[in-house]
Amino acid sequence: MDLVPYVAAYIAIGIFVVAVVARFLMWRKLPMHVRWELYPVAHDKRAAYGGSYLEETNWWTKPRERSLSGEVKAMSAEILFLVALKEHNPKMWSRSFPFHFGLYLVIAATCLMLGGGLLAAISPSLMAGGFGKLIQYAVIGCGVGGLGLGLLGALGLLERRLTDPELKDFTSPADLFNLVFFVIAFGTALASFALVDRDFGRAMFFAHNLVTFKMAALPGEGMQLYLPVASVVLLGALCAYIPLTHMSHFVGKFFAYHAIRWNDEPNLKGGHEEKAIHALLGQPVSWAASHIKGDGKKNWVDVATEDLRK
Amino acid sequence: MKAPKSIKDLPRSDEPLAHIVNADQPPLPKPYGNGAELPEIAPLKAGTADKVVVLDDTVALNIPVPKNKEEEDALVQKFLSGLRKCLTAENNWTFLQPFLLSLEHCAKCQTCSDACHIYEESGKNPLYRPTYRSEIFRRIYFKYVKGGSTFTHGDIDLNWKTVARLIELAYRCNLCRRCAQTCPIGVDNALMAREIRKIASQEMGIQSKECHDNGSMLQLKVGSSTGMNALVVKDNIEFIVEDMTEKTGLDCSIPWDKEGAEILLMHNAGEIMAWPENVAAFAAIFNAAGVSWTLSSEHAAYDSINYGTWYDDVQFARTAILHAKAAAKLKVKKIVFGECGHAHKALTVIADKVLTGDLNVPREAAMPVLRDIVMSGKLKLDPSRNDFPVTLHDPCNYVRLMGVVMPQREVMKKVTPPGRFREMEPHGVHNYCCGGGSGFAIMSGHNFGDWRHHLSGRKKLRQVLEAFKNEPMDKEHPKYICAPCSNCKGQLRDIINYYDAWEKHGIGYGGLVELIVNAMADAKPGFIDWEWH
Ligand code: SF4
Ligand code: SF4
Repeated sequence: MDLVPYVAAYIAIGIFVVAVVARFLMWRKLPMHVRWELYPVAHDKRAAYGGSYLEETNWWTKPRERSLSGEVKAMSAEILFLVALKEHNPKMWSRSFPFHFGLYLVIAATCLMLGGGLLAAISPSLMAGGFGKLIQYAVIGCGVGGLGLGLLGALGLLERRLTDPELKDFTSPADLFNLVFFVIAFGTALASFALVDRDFGRAMFFAHNLVTFKMAALPGEGMQLYLPVASVVLLGALCAYIPLTHMSHFVGKFFAYHAIRWNDEPNLKGGHEEKAIHALLGQPVSWAASHIKGDGKKNWVDVATEDLRK
Repeated sequence: MKAPKSIKDLPRSDEPLAHIVNADQPPLPKPYGNGAELPEIAPLKAGTADKVVVLDDTVALNIPVPKNKEEEDALVQKFLSGLRKCLTAENNWTFLQPFLLSLEHCAKCQTCSDACHIYEESGKNPLYRPTYRSEIFRRIYFKYVKGGSTFTHGDIDLNWKTVARLIELAYRCNLCRRCAQTCPIGVDNALMAREIRKIASQEMGIQSKECHDNGSMLQLKVGSSTGMNALVVKDNIEFIVEDMTEKTGLDCSIPWDKEGAEILLMHNAGEIMAWPENVAAFAAIFNAAGVSWTLSSEHAAYDSINYGTWYDDVQFARTAILHAKAAAKLKVKKIVFGECGHAHKALTVIADKVLTGDLNVPREAAMPVLRDIVMSGKLKLDPSRNDFPVTLHDPCNYVRLMGVVMPQREVMKKVTPPGRFREMEPHGVHNYCCGGGSGFAIMSGHNFGDWRHHLSGRKKLRQVLEAFKNEPMDKEHPKYICAPCSNCKGQLRDIINYYDAWEKHGIGYGGLVELIVNAMADAKPGFIDWEWH
């Protein structure tokens, strides 16, 4: 029993990291695609009105100014506040924002606990003093706020999915299961806070042990023990589950924005992309329609340069 | 309103899934009102549904109804085979990453629905939601190709009706990507529709006749989707030059095949047939500004269209290569497109990752070139000649999809008197499609034109009416929709005719170059002829 929360947490973290890295690599290794950008492109200096470098004559002779800060600004507003949803679907945003923001706060609380645990191992005196208290308050704030907001958001989303005919038809059983999973995991963790661990002392004790691989038994018995253990196991399971489902859209979204919507990189004559393009055009085509007759031997150059006048 | 209750109705229902009447649609602004006096979508001819697949009030593709079980199964199997190819890097490197991202990651929040003009103008009929077709497509992918669980991804029956209707439904989308702009995840429902079209075309040989047989195939075989070969084009241009030189008193001569010219100008050949004044206006402006330019009489290079953009990567690549080859042969410095949105996007942006080496001739949009000329002071302009209300339509292809937003507005300021230009709302990259995008402007089989005017084009008409709401709405007070794109102009021409908006309310349309020439002080006054169309 003593080891259960530790084993659960290690496994969960392991699965999360491996699954996220695997997803990231899966998206990254896909071949170069044709340009398919969508304006506004955040790094263009004309992003405020959606303009691009193509507004200039002889644009290929001029330096293209990319604003990294424009991208960071747009991305952080999107990640933190879900601005697209707020603008275009406020009803959904009122549920989705607390859900996502709650999740971020829970992640922040977790990082603070793990970081605090590590600091305590390196410099016990630092964490024993005022700085340690500060971290603890931050953990309590983020933890309680995050779990509360996340729970509210998940319940709100569940209510919408179950009652709104617009969403119902498109909702799969797993969509409901995922939200219920969040409700249960966050609800259990909140109950653990409210009934057992009001100062997050046990949670921080656990985090400290986790980063220092001590795996000491959590104090207490009965509900005092089971509720925190259940919280760890459920939150761990959730953490491992997310990247295995379409909730991993945070990885996909990175590519949807950077590799597609905002990818306005031109292929300049003699530039580095030409070689890759040649390789892509050398691939065999097997599309069967009569105007192509791809036999798996003809490649893209062959079919694209066929003279149909003959 | 007749509407599907669920996405699961698509494979199951024996009836058409939707029927729209005026009363279902949001009323148009004044002077049209609630639509009681407007025509309804004409019904399909009796017996149509016995021969071809009918999805709703119209038919875009004429997919034959399968005659027996073998034909039904073949339709399904071919679609699945195409979908599998669409998931391979060899056959679909062009769009694999964007396609997979859109397949895998929809949160089904329906945020995109309200961005779609077709959905809105249908009175929010669920069939026309951007996600209706995408979700069915996605479920087919998960259940029948990937072998995923229906608990996770939802269920859908797969039969010939699912396939045929899904393909037909892919032709109820303008591919304008306005919905994609609003998606919090980055899912692109326009791309999903295009991938369905691609599978239909590249694997199953199912296309819109107007886009394929009479479109890209004709262009590749003869040189132009208008059917004109180089000789006929040259003849027509000669006539245009003569006529317009006399009309304007300006030098409207058009050089052909001038090696080493600065600019190879590529027009949509539809302009030559339908809007010759546009072709002449370009010539007048370029000549007056002393630009070194030429047209090309090479095979397919005198027609900038590339209909593959809407449905077929192979047709797309074939056309793009012909265009680039002509430019390389003439050793021009750059290609500039006339007022044709999809031609801009096709060769400037999409073909960017197809053209290499000598074929990688720089391409640029018409609007910045015109802006530079107008700003250079080389043309003597008298904006008071354009003393009528003007609004500007933003063609999706080079505004939302290329970010060319301001140059046309800078020109507009120079060629219209103060207070005469007003924006549509919304405008710029948040504009609405004219309703003719993705091939619709050239499609009018059965009653498809009616469907266009009631659904895909109606939002634009609404925007135009709102832009002119403070103007007298009669023919004595002409008002100009500036639509610098051939397809958009074709769609506007049709919708203006359908709603009788010129005769009754004085709403006309034309391109940007016409406004420039109309303001040229050296030209004979009255270049814009309101009765042209
Ligand atoms: S495409 Fe985007 S906006 Fe539309 S339902 Fe899916 S996630 Fe929501
Ligand atoms: S691309 Fe345009 S027409 Fe198609 S679903 Fe999206 S908004 Fe509607």
